[in-house]
Amino acid sequence: MKRLASIAFATAIVLFLQGCAGWQSALDPKGPAASELAWLIWFFAGLCAVVWVLVMAALAVPLMMRSRQHAEPLALDAGADSRKLRVVMIAVGLTAVILVGLTLLSFFANRTLAAIGSDAALTIRVTGHQWWWEVRYEDATPSRILTTANEIHIPAGEPVRLLLTSTDVIHSFWVPSLSGKLDLIPGRMNVLDIKADKPGVYRGQCAEFCGAQHANMGTFIIAEPRAKFDAWWNDQLQPAAAPTGDEAKAGENLFLKRPCVMCHKIGGTPAGGTVAPDLTHVASRQTLAAGTLTMSRGNLAAWIADPQGVKPGAHMPVVDLSGDELNDIVAYLEGLK
Amino acid sequence: MRPIVLLLLFTLLALAACQREERDTRPQSALGSGEQPTPVTTLEPGGQRPSPTDNKAASFEANAFHLSEGKRLFGWFNCSGCHANGGGGMGPALMDQKWIYGSSMESIHATIRDGRPNGMPSFRDKIPDDQIWELAAFVRSLSGNAPSSAAPSRNDDMMAHPSENRMPDAATLGKSP
Repeated sequence: MKRLASIAFATAIVLFLQGCAGWQSALDPKGPAASELAWLIWFFAGLCAVVWVLVMAALAVPLMMRSRQHAEPLALDAGADSRKLRVVMIAVGLTAVILVGLTLLSFFANRTLAAIGSDAALTIRVTGHQWWWEVRYEDATPSRILTTANEIHIPAGEPVRLLLTSTDVIHSFWVPSLSGKLDLIPGRMNVLDIKADKPGVYRGQCAEFCGAQHANMGTFIIAEPRAKFDAWWNDQLQPAAAPTGDEAKAGENLFLKRPCVMCHKIGGTPAGGTVAPDLTHVASRQTLAAGTLTMSRGNLAAWIADPQGVKPGAHMPVVDLSGDELNDIVAYLEGLK
Repeated sequence: MRPIVLLLLFTLLALAACQREERDTRPQSALGSGEQPTPVTTLEPGGQRPSPTDNKAASFEANAFHLSEGKRLFGWFNCSGCHANGGGGMGPALMDQKWIYGSSMESIHATIRDGRPNGMPSFRDKIPDDQIWELAAFVRSLSGNAPSSAAPSRNDDMMAHPSENRMPDAATLGKSP
């Protein structure tokens, strides 16, 4: 029985520690900012643990020790009093030194974080919406400005500057593997510099409660080698792929005639709404509805048929479509690579 | 015993206010836009559309969530392009007491759904029916025709006019007759 319990305990610990690894963890840093923060977390936690153990020991020792019986309980012992006073003063002094030391460490870590993006060549504007992320790649040439949603491609090994703002309520941008969190505030532009050391996919999450679907407001940072990133940008600048096949052609027609067109944009068609995610290359993304569903034909259909079931309260309304109409629209969207 | 009864009564009263925020985000399929009668003509003598009162009209009108959704859609769908923030421009003002086609929510719903002569486009099939009802409820709040306990109380940007829950009834300008 005892062995079983210890095995269960060990398994639980292993499972628990599993949470520290993976694509969304501050303890599994993949960039300079996150490394700095992870080091800070471990150092603070370690030092505070040592202090805690010492304090507990200092409390335990007098509790365990039997105090000596004095012949005269009320007699003053000047020597013992001054010894006690000295111990307390040393403890207070040490506490002050530790606190000031930790403050300095935190200050220098902040300086390191602030220096990461000082030579950033790429600027991306991230706008928070209830409950998705609008991503706009800035460029000096207006025709190269690119708007997409929920997935942020960046070149690996290069610093990238993110300008964070919001259109409705306060959100917070947090990709734990790459950096700390920073709020997106309506009417204000916050600057966050990030850098991914290696190519990979890192998950981010809105970290400021922003309404009913706050939990389903995820984002993905996709770090790629520079050449691949440039190719991706050029692909995304192209207008949407022309529909092939009868279903997809009917789907395009329906998309433009039905409520979809009121909010969404598809480059190269008359659909130009900017209040909902840009769908020009929607099928090239890995997820739907800000990380809520993985991209697949079935999930596209599920999302369009009943967005209020998948993400209750989302601003995408239930649209009255017949089965055939839904199938056509999904066939069209699936082709928008 | 008495304080407990009082407490229960107070709780009941407080819970009654929850209906103000009740969120009905799924349309009833029986009332989908496809099921509604197509109007024979867009011209209506006397202005009032003789359609039966829809239960959406009553339930959305006093509901804070649906009114604020209407306000959001009013901005998203660029109603302000012609109606400004209710003050009117290319299209008629929406915050006065003049109603060309009647002030009922059903008339406003029909106006948005089917369009009207001289420029109002038809949004049939372009806006789901529930969202048209939300817009209609919000348009009525612009002239003080929505309960102030439910009408939106703030703007996300500059206030072009007092918030909807403080708009005086346009017909009486806030004075009792």
